[in-house]
Amino acid sequence: MSSLLVCAQPATGRPEAFRTTEKPALLLKRLSTVPHLSRVTPASRLEVRPAPETVSSGIAEIDALTGGLPRGCLTEIYGPASSGRTSLLLATIAAATQRQEACALVDVSDAFDPQSAAAAKVDFKNLLWVRCDPESKKNPPRRRGDTKKFSSAQANRSSRAWEPCLEQTLKTTDLLLQSSGLGLIAIDLGDIPLEAARRIPLTSWFRFRRAVENTPTVLLVVGQAPCARTCASLLLRMEGQHSAISPQLSVRKRKIPEPAQLLEGLNLQVEFVRSRLERKPAQSDRAALETRAAWTG
Amino acid sequence: MSFAAIFVPDFPVEAVLHLEPELRSRAVVVLEGKPPLQKIWALNDNARRTGLEIDMTRLQAEAWPDLVLRCRSALQESAAHAALLACAQSFSPRVEDTACDTVVLDISGMESLFGPHAKLARDLARRASDLGVEANVAVASNPDVATIAARGFSGVTVIAAGQEQERLGNLPLEVLFANQNNERNQFLDTLERWGIRNLRAFAALPEMAISERLGKRGVYLQKLARGATSRTIVPVDPPLVFEEVVELECPLVLLEPLAFLLNRLLEQICARLSARALATQELRLKLELGQEEESGGTRVLARRAQTFTRTLRLPVPMLDAKVFLKLLQLDLQANPPGAPIKKIWLSAEPAKARAAQGGLFLPPSPEPEKLELTLARISGIVGEGKVGSVELLDTHRPEGFRIEHFTPATPEQKKSKANGDLDRNAVITALRMFRPRLSATVTLRDGKPALISCPKKKEVQGEVIWQAGPWRSSGDWWQPNSWARDEWDIALQTHAGVALYRLVRDLLTGRWFVEGTYD
Repeated sequence: MSSLLVCAQPATGRPEAFRTTEKPALLLKRLSTVPHLSRVTPASRLEVRPAPETVSSGIAEIDALTGGLPRGCLTEIYGPASSGRTSLLLATIAAATQRQEACALVDVSDAFDPQSAAAAKVDFKNLLWVRCDPESKKNPPRRRGDTKKFSSAQANRSSRAWEPCLEQTLKTTDLLLQSSGLGLIAIDLGDIPLEAARRIPLTSWFRFRRAVENTPTVLLVVGQAPCARTCASLLLRMEGQHSAISPQLSVRKRKIPEPAQLLEGLNLQVEFVRSRLERKPAQSDRAALETRAAWTG
Repeated sequence: MSFAAIFVPDFPVEAVLHLEPELRSRAVVVLEGKPPLQKIWALNDNARRTGLEIDMTRLQAEAWPDLVLRCRSALQESAAHAALLACAQSFSPRVEDTACDTVVLDISGMESLFGPHAKLARDLARRASDLGVEANVAVASNPDVATIAARGFSGVTVIAAGQEQERLGNLPLEVLFANQNNERNQFLDTLERWGIRNLRAFAALPEMAISERLGKRGVYLQKLARGATSRTIVPVDPPLVFEEVVELECPLVLLEPLAFLLNRLLEQICARLSARALATQELRLKLELGQEEESGGTRVLARRAQTFTRTLRLPVPMLDAKVFLKLLQLDLQANPPGAPIKKIWLSAEPAKARAAQGGLFLPPSPEPEKLELTLARISGIVGEGKVGSVELLDTHRPEGFRIEHFTPATPEQKKSKANGDLDRNAVITALRMFRPRLSATVTLRDGKPALISCPKKKEVQGEVIWQAGPWRSSGDWWQPNSWARDEWDIALQTHAGVALYRLVRDLLTGRWFVEGTYD
């Protein structure tokens, strides 16, 4: 059976039909003579996009696992509470600020603790902290595409409570991405309920990904669950060791009397979920990580 | 020696056009006096062509169609005069403030910098025009000749040495006088009766006869007419004050027309700063407000005025009128004046212009102008005091920090720090704060938290499976806002695993709070 494949207007002006009965090589040759199609680059000749530059996350284990955080890409870190997301975030910010890069933290739930950041050796001079305020009366008018889902009648009360903060986050991140010159922009959605975080439209994430492309900025999103979906170039999952309380909590027994206990740190695990970047196949998908409490010296 | 004189004809009108350049093509008159006895004080050529004259009353002037009437403003005139001085001082350090509409500058030896005198004079006229003032410029070997030529010839004039009397000869006698006064009128009347109408005829009179009839002053004026006076200029060093003022005939209520006026003021200030190779790090906006009051069913503007002041401090010296305007707009949107605006006063604190070159291998950093705009916009979204960099305070009090203006490291600072190795330390267990902290109900067992319930966060409830503490701290007991607390680190079993929280007991109130989670 023969079927009509392509019908184009050749240079002569007469319509011409290409049928699948022709040999592929001959068909391609004939197609290449058509002026309209000759300007189209075949997929086989598309330019290979250069691999993005990567920077250190400030943690050797994470760098060994991922090869570093890619510039000009969106990296997402997710995990439940006490899984080490914020510790990783502070380590990344500390590394970037020590490289003398200007960084911005969009703190959706106003959860940033400056004392912890100081212990992590964050250079505050290079860190811009944006504290979203749900009670701010100066919320800008909503953009049609961004908040379409927020106005859904089905939204429950808890997720609605976060709407102003999420709107502020989207607006602020847009402005920060446009201002250019920042080495790291981190969006902290760590305390935002899953249903509220997932109300951020995918178009916003696509816009962020497009805006950060070809810039030296690392866009980092921290949350309870992945919400940027396919827009994230690198996806890491954090988790604590949940089998028992003892492995997670190191209890110092020597210097302190028996009844007293001390939180020394967390034993964590990082899982490499997905990456669009080239990576050595022999590398492991998981890494163990230990954090230390600021008061342990 | 060579001197250049800059003269602004119809100076009171130019002071108005300095801030309202769109009126330049129209007939404009400036009125002086108290209403209703106002008279025309100055007018431009367009008004003169329509038949208007100085000293006509406002009532007479209002009969003319398409005529723009403005009241004389001493503040606007001083701003225009400052622009004139700034123009002169951008070419020479020796500038004489001859009159409110005239400045003379010493341009001896300036050829190597600015080219021939004719070119320098053209550049002076262009610079004055850029600063919003249309002026006549004349160059001569004598300051008085340059001044007379600037008053008499429109545009740019260059008079070579030795040709003074010949070039000035055709000018009318009025150019000898800077101001209109009785002496001038008497002198001109006398010479009119003698049939003397220009400088050539006046210069040709015998000096002795002039001395007998007009005295010492007459001899001096004849020397001026001959271009034969000799004097040194008196240089001034005006203070570096960059301010512009506009008095409004009708009070402004909306921010949009205010932005229109602010744009003009900012452009003038930036042009003046640019002429002195300076920038600014602080802008002060002062608005005089009029309170509206109801009287007899109509709203009228009350006589008593209030002042509304905003100060814009910039992290680095800048010189971009558009950026300043946007910053002022955003600031006024966040802090509106709240009453009709009668007068606008804008000043800039001069600062040395920033001369920084980004290094090729230095880390990226946002442009200061762009960053300021971004920060102002973000402040408009999240509120003031919610954006900036952290500064830790020297205290153990919880939340012991304050928010400062964000100013990233300069390229020089980066260069000095970039050579140092990065600190690679152990990962610190971070605390995520709950703001405001969550009130909790805690059940104790053997003096330790055993059961917790937090109504505002459903995840934080249940049996405490591990705890460490209490860690007691207190401070500022000598002040009213003293604090004392016990901290506990607790672990709760959640559906996703074990979660660690910081539990705090306020010793002053005895209440329990969940302050944050270790993450």
